[in-house]
Amino acid sequence: MIEIKDLHKSYKMGSNSLHVLKGINFKVEAGELVAIMGSSGSGKSTLLNILGMLDELDEGTYTLDGVPIKNLSETKAAQYRNKFLGFIFQSFNLINYKSAAENVALPLYYQKVPRKERQEKALQYLDKVGLKPWASHHPSELSGGQKQRVAIARAMAAEPKVLLADEPTGALDSKTSYEVMDLIQKINDEGNTILVVTHEEDIAHMCKRIVHLKDGVIVEDKKVEQVRADQYV
Amino acid sequence: MFDLERWQEIFDTIRKNKLRTFLTGLSVASGIFILVILLGFGQGMRNGIEHEFKEDASTSVWVWPGVTSKEYKGLNPGRPIQLVNENFDNATAMFNNEIEYGSSRAFVRGVTVNYGKEALIYGVQGVSADFQFIENASMIEGRFINYQDEVNAGKVAIIGNKIKKDVFNKVETPIGEFIDISGIPFKVIGVYKEMEDREEERIYIPITTAQKAFNGGNRVNNMSFTLPPVENFDQAVAQAIDFKNGLTSYLQQVHTIAPDDTGAMQVWSAMEEAKRYYGLTNNIKLFFWFVGICTIIAGVVGVSNIMMIVVKERTREIGIRKALGAKPWSIIGMILHEAIFVTAISGFAGLIFSMALLELVGPNIEVDYVLNPSVNFNVAFSTVLVLIVAGTLAGFVPAYRAAKVKVIESLRDE
Repeated sequence: MIEIKDLHKSYKMGSNSLHVLKGINFKVEAGELVAIMGSSGSGKSTLLNILGMLDELDEGTYTLDGVPIKNLSETKAAQYRNKFLGFIFQSFNLINYKSAAENVALPLYYQKVPRKERQEKALQYLDKVGLKPWASHHPSELSGGQKQRVAIARAMAAEPKVLLADEPTGALDSKTSYEVMDLIQKINDEGNTILVVTHEEDIAHMCKRIVHLKDGVIVEDKKVEQVRADQYV
Repeated sequence: MFDLERWQEIFDTIRKNKLRTFLTGLSVASGIFILVILLGFGQGMRNGIEHEFKEDASTSVWVWPGVTSKEYKGLNPGRPIQLVNENFDNATAMFNNEIEYGSSRAFVRGVTVNYGKEALIYGVQGVSADFQFIENASMIEGRFINYQDEVNAGKVAIIGNKIKKDVFNKVETPIGEFIDISGIPFKVIGVYKEMEDREEERIYIPITTAQKAFNGGNRVNNMSFTLPPVENFDQAVAQAIDFKNGLTSYLQQVHTIAPDDTGAMQVWSAMEEAKRYYGLTNNIKLFFWFVGICTIIAGVVGVSNIMMIVVKERTREIGIRKALGAKPWSIIGMILHEAIFVTAISGFAGLIFSMALLELVGPNIEVDYVLNPSVNFNVAFSTVLVLIVAGTLAGFVPAYRAAKVKVIESLRDE
């Protein structure tokens, strides 16, 4: 599904250049649930941004579902993002003036799905994350966990190939974190490919594979025994 | 533009950001409103001044002799100029085609006027029959001096309405009463009315009588003329200036006055004065345009400011939309679409409101020099379009920049 070869990325800061990713080789098969771990500054967010086509790579190749991702125009990148990827952010990034259902329907708007169908699909996905009764509520009326579940529903609504989650539990208490992870596990059980960036050990162990990043290189890449989150809920 | 989905998205945004939309709209609407009202009043002042001068119907030209101030052809300065009958007769003959009415006037001085035992202290002036039309005096009783009176040097007098009220209040009508001017009885044959009381304090007698009976010789104190009506104002002004120049140069030659000695023979044309007022109104109009355009510029600046703030405020939202797959141009389109929609609606609201106000209140305004303020619809309409276009351009830059910002940067937690 995802294939990265010899990926390099550096940031220019004035005359200095900060080499963040120093040759990453990395492969994800369909249906995997991968945790990317590392301390801050290890380059895990940069990797996720490149995977999400939010940032461009300097060297190396990136292939997503057989499509080479390189030198994309803004418009093309937008198209691919919409078709291939769903994002889940630490700070949820819901649009405040839109209701939960409208937020979930937004990626479908950019897929040119007709309004009626958008609304039906949005409700269907909200139901999946257990928030159908909250469909007409605005983000300010929802708890942190609920917001993240709306964000997950939104990420899934476009039926992407890969879900990218950047610290999805970073802003949540542990009980809510487990609820969210439980949801992510269930989505993965249905066959979706999911990448989770985290620095929390317990969250990482709820995935099926852990990739450790340190100073811009992968220091460890291991399959783990998945800890089911539902036992904590 | 005709994408129904886009419209729905925009209505959603507008509905949920009422205050922002309202403030944007208000600044646009008030800009248009102020401009239209200003332009309306500019036009109103023009109309008003035009009206004031129409009422006077003044195509009149007045000649007052003075004292020479320059040496000319061996004659000393300080020489008083005295008009005589021939001057008037010759002028009338020379400019026969250009003159509608003409009258010379002789002031009768040093006489005592009595009505019965009452002494009157009113001025006595000898005039000719045409003078009625030059002064715009309307007769409320009897008649004015006629040609017959002039030829016969009739001992008749016309009095102002104020004299009638002050002196002839004991009789039913002053017509047929006699007043005594330095021992000579004059029969009152008419009462005239003027706009101002001061102008009703005169006793008019035929000029021939004034000259013969009171030792006037052939001397004339001043002359006045009116010119025939012409099609439009500009022609009237040109005609008045032509006539004034012709008359002046004739009188200067006859009395041996230096051509640049304006004080010695003063010729005053009401039309020229009117033109000065017209020039003034043109300037006023220009000024209102200037203020109006400044208002529009302020409006445009306001709109672009609001657009900048709106875009800034929506940076995160734009980032989210881009992460979800919005293309850059769809972001720019969305922002501009909303901006155009809001500016257009509020611009036309301001236009309709201000024009309705002018329509309703305009005709009821009763102030001197302001009449029926109104505004050319096309002008107002174009200003709204200008504002929309300017607002769009002003909104484009921040929208374009916002669409270009990297998603990670716009989503970064502050």
